[in-house]
Amino acid sequence: MPKGKDTALISWKEVPFGCYILEPGNSVQFKTGDWRSFRPVLDKEKCVKCGQCYIMCPDMTYTQDEEGYYIVDLTYCKGCGICASVCPKGAITMVVEEV
Amino acid sequence: MLKEWAKFKGFSAKNLPKEEPFAPGHRACQGCGEVLALRLALKALGMNVIAISATGCMEIISSPFPYTSWRVPWLHVAFENAAAVASGVEAALRALKRKGRFPRNRRVDVVAFAGDGGTADIGLQALSGALERGHDLVYICLDNEAYMNTGVQRSGCTPYGAMTTTSPPGKKSIGQMTWKKNVPAIAAAHGIPYVATATPAFFLDLMNKVKKAALVEGPAYVHIYSPCPTGWGTKGEDSITLAKLAVETRIFPLYEVIEGKYYITRKITKPKPVEEYLKRQRRFRHLTEEEIRKIQARVDAEYERLLRLAECL
Repeated sequence: MPKGKDTALISWKEVPFGCYILEPGNSVQFKTGDWRSFRPVLDKEKCVKCGQCYIMCPDMTYTQDEEGYYIVDLTYCKGCGICASVCPKGAITMVVEEV
Repeated sequence: MLKEWAKFKGFSAKNLPKEEPFAPGHRACQGCGEVLALRLALKALGMNVIAISATGCMEIISSPFPYTSWRVPWLHVAFENAAAVASGVEAALRALKRKGRFPRNRRVDVVAFAGDGGTADIGLQALSGALERGHDLVYICLDNEAYMNTGVQRSGCTPYGAMTTTSPPGKKSIGQMTWKKNVPAIAAAHGIPYVATATPAFFLDLMNKVKKAALVEGPAYVHIYSPCPTGWGTKGEDSITLAKLAVETRIFPLYEVIEGKYYITRKITKPKPVEEYLKRQRRFRHLTEEEIRKIQARVDAEYERLLRLAECL
């Protein structure tokens, strides 16, 4: 297994006393995007910027860009498809993830 | 309306809070409705909060060592005592304020999260004790209708007829043999100021109820219906559709109990048949027409009772 911050867990020498986790919200280092088999694709023509996808996403992947569109962050997207099913305009489609 | 809510105008789609007290990278299943409910509840509460979690899905997925998804102070305790620990935290905060070691006017909400097993079965006496003593806390039950974390065992909140690993359907059994325990009614029977039911499909309703529960002086209980694709045998993308259907078929009515008075927050005048909700889930696949009629009759009777409560009280 290659050594690196992304792949290897920390060694026992680096574990803080009592196994405390000292950094709040450090699960952002754990990228759940590789669980995905479907990927949401936004059609900006149909999008009305209502934000349903943003608020209904269980993985907090959607962020708003300068123009007001909600853009998915594929680092964490698990491809559940909730955003596509709640979109009132059908602007989000799920496409098969290709390796 | 209570006087504590005078300044609270309610959330709307345009003024949602920006902060996320719950970080991405958690390991919930695809399409988990429970983590969505947790995220929305924490979003409504903001960063000035101390969270207490009982054992359950939300504890497991948010804190696999060495990661944590919590950006707010968080305590994980045993299965049964989330409400007891929340009472202790609230009492400690009050003592620190009295001794002048914590700013008196700084508002910190204490919130306990537990699953339906940690609320309806194992943690019921701790919850009852906390509600009885009148601590200023919010208790949120994330109800996914079985012990999903350990592999779908039945709990007190599992609905009639549902298939779980400890209530398998067969020749002599139809799955879960008892009706769902009405925990909001148990909480309301303690005479606490605020009890509510919510579902993530109506996110503004959920966020407003959680925020109102936090603003109330004294204990508050919020029961959140959270779909579980893994345990229920549904598609991940159907979580929100199912949560909406549960309300539209009157299986999970949305209401508030404010100081003993019942208010139905979403009146369903044209209910859909329960079949529509049951047929989408694998755990209800074995149910016969007769059983579905029985469930429909029970759902109608329960809703009628709730309507009468809202009218009379």
